[in-house]
Amino acid sequence: MLRLERVSKTYRVGVFGSGRLEAVRDVSFEVRHGEVLSLIGESGSGKSTIGRMILRLLAPSAGTISLDGVDVATLRRGRLKEYYRRVQGVFQDPFSAYNPIFKVDHAFGLIRSEFFPGLSRDEWDAKLAAAIESVSLNPGDVLGRYPHQLSGGQLQRLLVARALLLDVDLLVADEIISMLDASTRIDVLNLLADLKERGLGIVFITHDLSLGNYLSDSTVILRRGRIVEMGATEKVFGDPRHPYTRMLLDSVPSLREKWTDVDGAPIVDGGGDDESDDEPPRLVEVAADHLVATP
Amino acid sequence: MALRVDDLRVYYRTLAGDVKALDGVSFALADGEIMGVAGESGCGKSTLGKSLIRLDARMRYVSGSVALDGEELPIWDDAQMSAFRYRRVSIVPQYAMSALNPTRKIGRMVRELLRSRGVDADAKRPELERRLGLVGLSADVLDRYPIELSGGMKQRVVMVVSTLLDPSLLIADELTSALDVSTQKAVARTLVEFRDRRFVGSTIVITHDLSILYQIADTILVMYAGKVAEKAPAEELVSTPRHPYTRLLVSSLPQAGARYRERRLAGIPGRPPSLLDPPRGCRFRDRCPLASARCLEEPPVVEVGAGHAVACWEADAAPPPETRLQTAEAS
Repeated sequence: MLRLERVSKTYRVGVFGSGRLEAVRDVSFEVRHGEVLSLIGESGSGKSTIGRMILRLLAPSAGTISLDGVDVATLRRGRLKEYYRRVQGVFQDPFSAYNPIFKVDHAFGLIRSEFFPGLSRDEWDAKLAAAIESVSLNPGDVLGRYPHQLSGGQLQRLLVARALLLDVDLLVADEIISMLDASTRIDVLNLLADLKERGLGIVFITHDLSLGNYLSDSTVILRRGRIVEMGATEKVFGDPRHPYTRMLLDSVPSLREKWTDVDGAPIVDGGGDDESDDEPPRLVEVAADHLVATP
Repeated sequence: MALRVDDLRVYYRTLAGDVKALDGVSFALADGEIMGVAGESGCGKSTLGKSLIRLDARMRYVSGSVALDGEELPIWDDAQMSAFRYRRVSIVPQYAMSALNPTRKIGRMVRELLRSRGVDADAKRPELERRLGLVGLSADVLDRYPIELSGGMKQRVVMVVSTLLDPSLLIADELTSALDVSTQKAVARTLVEFRDRRFVGSTIVITHDLSILYQIADTILVMYAGKVAEKAPAEELVSTPRHPYTRLLVSSLPQAGARYRERRLAGIPGRPPSLLDPPRGCRFRDRCPLASARCLEEPPVVEVGAGHAVACWEADAAPPPETRLQTAEAS
C-alpha cells in the first residue's frame, strides 16, 4: 500500500545553512494493509523524520513515497485532502495535542467542518460515537470533558479515534505510548493490534524494542538514518545478524533475564557515536524476509 | 540499617488544598543496598526522593522521621539539612545533562562546589581523575565547558561529581529515562559499580521502568497513590508479587518478551485516585479485582516473607500468580 523508495532527507544546519545533516539515507520499505511495521532506532536515527515525510509534513530530499502507486509529493488540494483521509498520524504528547481551553469535542469538530460538512447532527453524532467506541472508550465518559479531566491514555485513544473518523488505511504512530503510564500503555498497544486485525496498516515508530516486538509484524532497525536490519519481527528479534541490532537487544532491560556482565569491561556507552561509516552499506537478504546491511 | 524512614508524610500546598503526595511511608535500607522505587506518575516516588534531600517551596513536611546511619535527618529544616547535603546525602538529578553550570569549565565548577563544602579541592583532584577514568572519561574534561560534551558524557560527569565525597545515600531520580538504550545500560551499570566500589553507601533509584530495576536493584519498593504497596527483593517482586497492583503491573509489561498474537497482555482499568482527597482504606480498591468490604479499612504493611512486605488484606488469600494472570487477561 505505502511504499518508500530510496528516500533520503538532508537538513541544512548551522549558520546560513552551510552544514548538512543527513537525517535519512536511502531508506526503502513497504507497509501493507493489516500490517504493523515498527521503525526502531535511538535518538537521531531518523525514525521520526520518516514518519513526518510519510505524513507530508516534510518533503524528501530524494526518493519517492507512494501510496498505491501514486507519488505522494505530487498531490495538491483535493487529492491531498483525499490522502489525509487515508493517512493520519498520532504523536507522542497527548497533553499538548489538545487546546486546553476547549472541550475535547473541539478536536472532532474540526474534522467535521473540514471533511464532513454535509452530515446532519444525528449522523455525525452516531459516527463519532462509533469511532469512540472502537477505541474502547465510552462516549459519555469523554465527550464534553476538558483535556485536563481525562487521563493520558484516554486522550491518546481519542486521537486515534479522531484518525479513525476518516476511514484511514494507514496510521503513523510516533512514540504514541512513551508518555503513558505502564498500566495504560498496554491498552493503547492492544487497540493498535485490534485496528490492524481490521485491516489498518500502521507505521509504529518507537525507541522501545519490547513494544515493537509485542506489536509488529515487521521491523526496521535504523541507525543514523540508514537501515541496518529489516524483516519479519520474529526473524530480526529471534536471529539478529547485524552487530548493532545485537547490541540494542543486549541493552534492553528485560524482565526475563538479567544483563550478563563481562568482568573488567570498562563502563562506556555502547553507542559508538564517533565511529565512521562512510562505506555505503548494501542490504543483503540473509533469509526469506530478512535483510541485513553489509559493508 | 543505613536509612530508616518512618511514617513520612509530605504534602504539596495548592490552592485547592493539600495534595497528599507522601502519606505515611515507612521503609528501611541496608548499608550497600540498591533499592528501586517504582510506580506510576503521581504515586509520590519523586516526592520521596526530593524529601530526603531538599523540600522545595511547595512541599510541606507534616510528620514522620528519617534516620541516616542512626542520626536523625532534619528534613524539615532547609538550613540544617545543608550540612548533610552532598556530603552524606547526594542526588543525581533527572536532567543531569542540564545540571552543570554552562558558564564554568567543569574543573572550576567542581572546585567551587568542593570549596563551598569546606573540602580541599586540590587534595581531591587525583581521586576525581581516577573516578573519571573509571567511567571512561579523561581528565581533559575538567578543562572543558559542559557544551563541549555529549549528553552521555555530561551524565557521567554528574554521577562522578555527585558521589565524590562518598555519600552514605545517593538518590538517582529517573536517571536513565532520557537516554538511549545503549547509554542507559552503561549508566545503570555505573550505579552498581559505584556501590560495589563503596563510592556510595546505599542507593535509591527512582524510575517508572520496572525492568531497569530488575536489572540493577537489590530490592524494589512499589508505591501507589502516596503509600507503599509492596517491598521485596527484586527477583521475588517480579517473579512472585503479592500485592494485586504489583501483579497487574508486572503482567502488563511487554518487557517479558510477550507478543500480542501469542499472549495478549492487559492493562489496569481505571486511574489512580486524586491525592487532594484520597479515599479511605486501600487506595487501590477501585481498580482492584480482589476488593472486598474489608478494603474500606486501611491495610497495614505486613511481612509475608524474608524482606517481603505487602499492604493488602487479600495478599494471603490470593490464588497463585499463574491463575491470577490469566484472570487478568480474560477480563
